[in-house]
Amino acid sequence: MKPFTYERAADAKAAVKAVAENPGAKFLAGGTNLLDLMKLEIETPTHLVDVGRLPFAGIEATDEGGLRIGGAMTNAKLAAHPKVRELYPVLARAILAGASGQLRNKATTAGNLLQRTRCDYFYDTAKPCNKREPGSGCSAIGGPGGYGAIFGASEACIATHTSDMAVALTALDASVETMTPDGGARTIKVEALHRLPGASPQVETDLAAGELITAVVLPPPPAGGQAYAKVRDRASYAHGLAMVAVAGGRVAFGAVAHKPWRAEKAEAALAAGASAAEAASAEVAGADADDRRAHKIALVRRLAAATIEDAGSAR
Amino acid sequence: MRTTITVNGTARTLDVDPRTTLLDALREHLGLTGSKKGCDHGQCGACTVLVNGVRINSCLSILAMHDGDQVTTIEGLGQPGALHPVQQAFLERDALQCGYCTPGQICSTVGMLQEAADGWASKETADLSAPTALTDAEIRERMSGNICRCSAYPQILAAIRDLAGEVA
Repeated sequence: MKPFTYERAADAKAAVKAVAENPGAKFLAGGTNLLDLMKLEIETPTHLVDVGRLPFAGIEATDEGGLRIGGAMTNAKLAAHPKVRELYPVLARAILAGASGQLRNKATTAGNLLQRTRCDYFYDTAKPCNKREPGSGCSAIGGPGGYGAIFGASEACIATHTSDMAVALTALDASVETMTPDGGARTIKVEALHRLPGASPQVETDLAAGELITAVVLPPPPAGGQAYAKVRDRASYAHGLAMVAVAGGRVAFGAVAHKPWRAEKAEAALAAGASAAEAASAEVAGADADDRRAHKIALVRRLAAATIEDAGSAR
Repeated sequence: MRTTITVNGTARTLDVDPRTTLLDALREHLGLTGSKKGCDHGQCGACTVLVNGVRINSCLSILAMHDGDQVTTIEGLGQPGALHPVQQAFLERDALQCGYCTPGQICSTVGMLQEAADGWASKETADLSAPTALTDAEIRERMSGNICRCSAYPQILAAIRDLAGEVA
């Protein structure tokens, strides 16, 4: 690990100021992804601002009939919360499909959204990677692997976002609340938080330097069933090859793009009366993959069809 | 970086480089070598300890984050002659071969049994609104963050099954 200095933020304003004013600074919450990447010297912050004990770890009902989840709430506590289990089972299921018991006890809601890709080439510091070293090239393109993107990839990057939780939040039409560098607040839809890679895959979200996610807000639970499904190389504790979340009429895919992928074509097909299989086919008609990832299109299509069916029977 | 943590009931103050992980603080600075460094990346679970009663990977945490926290390691759970029930169950079921992963397996089991007693669901839980029995599938899923390269899994499962009846 490269040397760094550490401070525990007294409050959110001080934390945002400390990171906004120092290009080498990063927020530290659970640390399960950041510290791992720092050991590998993929992340090399010179200063860490610990926001893990800021008073954003709870959950409360909103006036609109939804829930506001504190950014520092652990994944384990969020999945265990009675209201989440009762009203947003797709979210509880998604969180429980990810990581291990130990990691979920430490990882936070905000940190989960901002975790970085698990692309093998991003992790291999001996290989070029535009995300790690902008302009160095992409080693993943043309290489083996079911982990690459089939939607929205670019010539610079085919990495995917691997969060399970973010897929459910996208299907649930959730938003994040942030504190901006000037101390103000703004709200961003989760589906608009992350960017497609384009020519600058190192820029992963629309957050400003120092902007802090303070909460995730769930709207009232949608009418209709909810379901979550994930396929991976082993039965537990592995990142997904593909994930599908369904919440009412909304559908989102995971591990298929640089961001949680809202399946709008599938949603439109369902709204027009299409079957689950037809809706899944409508979405993957827009998928693009080289021969080495072509199997993933069929995988996502079948998983989406099955999960939409499951959600229908869970109504 | 000056940090005070309570380890197995005793307050300890350390002044160390901010890079020091909780695991390295325990092993290298406090001489508590029961917690093991396997992968050092949160993938194997050998470093699992309890922080404020909750199981975490001590390798993916820096000491500075834990100022004021209560840490329990394998040494604090029990000692020869006064074993913790989970240690006793592992012994009775011969739930180890080389033993390297065992402190992490045992600390993880203690945390997992509390999570189950608190009614937390897992990926294997069919009904998110009902109490869950710790079936074999539930135990395997909840312990998937601990790897045993000797593959003592059948015995680890048997040991935890013996204990599971007490919380279900």
